[in-house]
Amino acid sequence: MEQAPPDLERQWQPAPLEPLGHTDAGLQAAVGEEAEGSRDEVPGDGTMTENNFGLKKIEISVSEAEKRTGRNAMNMQETYTAYLIETRSVEHTDGQSVLTDSLWRRYSEFELLRNYLLVYYPHIVVPPLPEKRAEFVWHKLSADNMDPDFVERRRIGLENFLLRVASHPILCRDKIFYLFLTQEGNWKETVNETGFQLKADSRLKALNATFRVKNPDKRFTELKHYSDELQSVISHLLRVRARVADRLYGVYKVHGNYGRVFSEWSAIEKEMGDGLQSAGHHMDVYASSIDDILEDEEHYADQLKEYLFYAEALRAVCRKHELMQYDLEMAAQDLASKKQQCEELATGTVRTFSLKGMTTKLFGQETPEQREARIKVLEEQINEGEQQLKSKNLEGREFKFGPMLRNALARCNPVK
Amino acid sequence: MSGGPPKGLPSTGPHSLLDMPHPLAGSSSEEAVGGDSTPSPDLLMARSFGDKDLILPNGGTPAGTSSPASSSSLLNRLQLDDDIDGETRDLFVTVDDPKKHVCTMETYITYRITTKSTRVEFDLPEYSVRRRYQDFDWLRNKLEESQPTHLIPPLPEKFVVKGVVDRFSEEFVETRRKALDKFLKRITDHPVLSFNEHFNVFLTAKDLNAYKRQGMALLSRVGESVKHVTGGYKLRSRPLEFAAIGDYLDTFALKLGTIDRIAQRIIKEEIEYLVELREYGPVYSTWSALEGELAEPLEGVSACIGNCSTALEELTDDMTEDFLPVLREYILYSDSMKSVLKKRDQVQAEYEAKLEAVALRKEDRPKVPADVEKCQDRMECFNADLKADMERWQSNKRQDFRQLLMGMADKNIQYYEKCLMAWESIIPLLQEKPEANGSPLVFIPWWSL
Repeated sequence: MEQAPPDLERQWQPAPLEPLGHTDAGLQAAVGEEAEGSRDEVPGDGTMTENNFGLKKIEISVSEAEKRTGRNAMNMQETYTAYLIETRSVEHTDGQSVLTDSLWRRYSEFELLRNYLLVYYPHIVVPPLPEKRAEFVWHKLSADNMDPDFVERRRIGLENFLLRVASHPILCRDKIFYLFLTQEGNWKETVNETGFQLKADSRLKALNATFRVKNPDKRFTELKHYSDELQSVISHLLRVRARVADRLYGVYKVHGNYGRVFSEWSAIEKEMGDGLQSAGHHMDVYASSIDDILEDEEHYADQLKEYLFYAEALRAVCRKHELMQYDLEMAAQDLASKKQQCEELATGTVRTFSLKGMTTKLFGQETPEQREARIKVLEEQINEGEQQLKSKNLEGREFKFGPMLRNALARCNPVK
Repeated sequence: MSGGPPKGLPSTGPHSLLDMPHPLAGSSSEEAVGGDSTPSPDLLMARSFGDKDLILPNGGTPAGTSSPASSSSLLNRLQLDDDIDGETRDLFVTVDDPKKHVCTMETYITYRITTKSTRVEFDLPEYSVRRRYQDFDWLRNKLEESQPTHLIPPLPEKFVVKGVVDRFSEEFVETRRKALDKFLKRITDHPVLSFNEHFNVFLTAKDLNAYKRQGMALLSRVGESVKHVTGGYKLRSRPLEFAAIGDYLDTFALKLGTIDRIAQRIIKEEIEYLVELREYGPVYSTWSALEGELAEPLEGVSACIGNCSTALEELTDDMTEDFLPVLREYILYSDSMKSVLKKRDQVQAEYEAKLEAVALRKEDRPKVPADVEKCQDRMECFNADLKADMERWQSNKRQDFRQLLMGMADKNIQYYEKCLMAWESIIPLLQEKPEANGSPLVFIPWWSL
């Protein structure tokens, strides 16, 4: 009763992103089978189900950011930033784009969307969001979320997030994602109605608990190991980079002191006056040039952070797989023991110790009817267990053949 | 002179100066050990009047593009230089070849002084002697004594903090040698000081110590006037031009002091930046070890950052060795010039006091007494000498600072060029895109944007 795993790998192409910072017009995201077919060499197999959008090709952009004030859950005044998401549909024939949807979302709503995706697609490496708080800061960069440079970089990060989700063959079909882009009001309620929070809570508890699988999948172990190391090295890199930026800032700014003293010196000189004055001016220019340089470098740091979070997401998938594997093993174990019990009852031989066996010995045999009843219950449980095992196996398969994961696994091999 | 730990000098062993053979007695070339860094005196002289003089000090014109001299003052200055340059130059002095001497009592460094001259004051056309710092110190004191109306160039600092600076490190000795060379060249350039007797002996004598002992008892003719300025006279009014010079020197020394502090601070910040860079680069190497396709580009980045670090270290070394010492030298110069100005004030004050005393006496109405006349002469000589020296000093100062500041600019430019080259060399490596369907990590470095 196994389904053939959908041959998703061939139809998936990672969206080639333009360098960050040049996304004014937004990038096109191919959604829907026709659009994908136009980008891939291989035409759609027809195994893909039709999407819910009815859209052929869309452009998504996070084009603006705005400061807002409102009241939060505790009815206190708060200031936050809202981002304008514009969706355009692109006509095949003339390439013209028409604005179809436009709404404002704040960061917490993006977070909600992502958390939902994490729960409902545990086998997919969900693209990361830009950081919630400014981390790895050096002294000049304010950790203030209202800082315009920070907001601008966040805008870019949010846009990349949406584009990546929209490029994903599975995620792009999600109804909640579609509503995120199109339904401004009431979206939060819709998400919460899916009840994903509950599933998330129980999952989270399980993920945090320590457990050991008997037969871990070697590829997932390697992948988890890689993502751990990647996280560690990128964190280290970001920390040192922040210190380097801090020091470089110091070097440039101290040169600014030359500006004043050269100017003062030029005042007492005759022939040298002009030259010294000019030198002082250039020192000032030099000192102030560092601000732009370091702001540009923040974009580089952002890309590193992106992959730091990606590594986190990758690790989370590995962990979920581990959890699932563990459940599978437990279920299989449980099934095996129940089958054995059933067999023992049927044949009347007691091979394993059980309380029932003891009581039977002590208080006499049970009636054949009682025994029949018990066998029946056990058989039902066995059936249930087998069904469960089958579905768990299927889940596991999905996990293994999740497209992005397959790529990640394939990439792991050349390293070792 | 850049990078690496400070090296000690090769020692010649326990020799005393007396044991040194006369340079012209044997083959003098054998004595010149390690002289590959010694440019010929002619070349050294020419260097200060090189192409760079033709470039106006305006807005940082890079060396190599010489803008034609347009201001008349520049032309005047060139003409002035012509008087000193070229055919009239008849004395060349060089300081080089530092050597360490280890004796029972002490360890010290000597420098070789090479003199070439056609002047009649010199018996031989060429001399080569060895001198140590205290000999230079003695010379300077003698010059101050015997030529009190002139500005005597400064010596590099005498005392160094024992624990902080290694007196025998290659960097320190080289810095000192350059300063001593400058000192002698400034005297050589001076129309009066270069003919000074003590200077002559310093350049030529085999045994300077004997002369020093002799000189204690001797009283030079020119030095008499110094003894007679007892001081304690109050100056009525300082002539404007000397007041202006005094003010100028005050502000000048102040500004140089500030620049010195800023430069030190910059070097400190650069070193701290360097420390972080040296940790930053290797992290890319660590990352590279985890990766497949990205391994080479990441390793390239690591190497690149390493190259930038090395370039930065060279820059900080250059600034420390070439920039800071010259600033300090000019501060010392200003200080010694201020004391000469004070002496001049004293001479003028003495004259004014004597003149007033005569006027009050009312006896010798038409005739001014001889000693008052002598005072007047002394004052006028002093003023004339000082004015001439000041002009010369200003001219040299302009050249020295142009060279210094342009040198600083050049060193910085070289640093950035080295870094640029390092990054540009890895761009092709970074832009090599992996095969389609490969790594989802699209590595686009910001610096190539």
